[in-house]
Amino acid sequence: MTDLTDLTLAGARDALARKELTSVELTQAHLDAMAKARVLNAYLAETPDKALDMARASDAKLAKGEGGPLEGVPLGIKDLYCTEGVRTTAASHILENFVPQYESTVTSQLWRDGAVMLGKLNLDEFAMGSSNETSYFGPCISPWRRNGSDAKIVPGGSSGGSAAAVAARLCLGATATDTGGSIRQPAAFTGTVGIKPTYGRCSRWGVVAFASSLDQAGPIARNVRDTAIMLRSMAGHDPKDTTSVDLPVPDYEKAVGASIKGKRIGVPKEYRLEGLSPEIQKLWDDGIAWLKAAGAEIVDISLPHTRHALPAYYIVAPAEASSNLARYDGVRYGLRVPGKDITDMYEQTRAAGFGKEVRRRIMIGTYVLSAGYYDAYYVRAQKIRSLIKRDFDIAYANGVDAILTPATPSAAFALGEKGAADPVEMYLNDVFTVTVNMAGLPGLALPAGLSSDGLPLGLQLIGRPFEEETLFSIAQVIEDAAPKIEAPARWWA
Amino acid sequence: MSVDQATVRRIAHLSRIAVSDEEVPHLQQELNSILAFVEELNAVDVDGVEPMTSVLPMRMKKREDKITDGYIADKVVANAPATEDHFFLVPKVIE
Repeated sequence: MTDLTDLTLAGARDALARKELTSVELTQAHLDAMAKARVLNAYLAETPDKALDMARASDAKLAKGEGGPLEGVPLGIKDLYCTEGVRTTAASHILENFVPQYESTVTSQLWRDGAVMLGKLNLDEFAMGSSNETSYFGPCISPWRRNGSDAKIVPGGSSGGSAAAVAARLCLGATATDTGGSIRQPAAFTGTVGIKPTYGRCSRWGVVAFASSLDQAGPIARNVRDTAIMLRSMAGHDPKDTTSVDLPVPDYEKAVGASIKGKRIGVPKEYRLEGLSPEIQKLWDDGIAWLKAAGAEIVDISLPHTRHALPAYYIVAPAEASSNLARYDGVRYGLRVPGKDITDMYEQTRAAGFGKEVRRRIMIGTYVLSAGYYDAYYVRAQKIRSLIKRDFDIAYANGVDAILTPATPSAAFALGEKGAADPVEMYLNDVFTVTVNMAGLPGLALPAGLSSDGLPLGLQLIGRPFEEETLFSIAQVIEDAAPKIEAPARWWA
Repeated sequence: MSVDQATVRRIAHLSRIAVSDEEVPHLQQELNSILAFVEELNAVDVDGVEPMTSVLPMRMKKREDKITDGYIADKVVANAPATEDHFFLVPKVIE
């Protein structure tokens, strides 16, 4: 028998429904693979007892023919989602011993639909990072390596553990979150598929907050269909999140394989950055050719405010973070470091509990919101955000159905290679993804080729609000046309 | 715009994050690097542009103002570093 961890989510789901295998067998195969892959540091916590209990319950339901849409399917959960009774850290020292007394809405919907939890996945601390190197529990290592090199490669971030676990066959799919590219950039770096749905599509309740007007939950999985299956269970209205949208959730899987004949695909000239690597340019040209061959119409478009998105993001996101992270005060939950009075207790707790990048962002956020600077920085950035969104509104009003861009400016880099001297160097990774969060749009990243040194490269599709189905249809065309990317060699096992 | 060392200390205090004297010059450099990066926004013409207040044009849903849960004091204090009789304990704040 082939290795059960090589099954796709859809393949496993169908085999379970046909009773060709049990969830306990499938779950155990993944737990075994996880135990052999600890050097990757993808999981911050493995929950084998819980996983096998859930798998047995699923097998009982499947035996009676009562399985849900994800019945018996083992998944990994980004450690930013609160899971009742299971430690949830946000990869931060300050939440190192935090055990939620409640379950996030998105994960509760996954369990409702029958999924099995394998464990909690590594990430950048509070989702602030693009390489998973800011995790208090150490970096997650990508299963990918450059040709002929054993240098440790980053899986991207912040959802680095989610992407690495999916790519290394340590789960059939994983939850992730995206504030500036944290689903799409790691998906691109690891040859996996990730979608950040429209803002409001998934509930944020029970997901540790970073920047509330930008944060959105979404899945990372091995292919387009698997991602569509997961999103259907994750999405939906939640009265506990006032920004979640009360719209019916479509059966996204039905959109996979639909014709894209006549679809108008925009190609924005502002994404042709000066000095864009020829490799990325070729990948983009390939994508355009594949969509043309499938009957889509390619349209040149302009999104003139693109270059301002990243600087504006680095005002808006830290501002919201400084406010959201004010709750970590050493009083109600989390770490407490004693001080000589209450203010000193706060200051010592937060100095010890937050890592360098988190402290830096809280301070920038505090500065841009402080008296005398609020209008110059924060209000101006929010005005620029309106302009960025208007660029997309105009393109869509002119009949564009979706937009095709590269997902990242380069392939994955090695540990310690970026951002050590200047934090801005790391921020530049998000140049193609951040506009999508600023405008609240859906964005999907998927593999489309390999770099000259053998690392995956990804394309990004940006859609109209709540038209994720169009993205799944177009993405499947690219997946079918692109050269097939083999799974990374299991050097760790 | 750039920040001096006194401003770095002031921001740190507003953020309730203790910083040591050795950290200040380094933090100053990093914060100034980020502020230099966002400097280009000053050149953008934003006259007459409304700041974004909601990502998508939708009315915020409202719910009836009634109690939906309660009697879970054990859960509320379960993760607190110091409690007594369902109260959070903090260092003395009034002399």
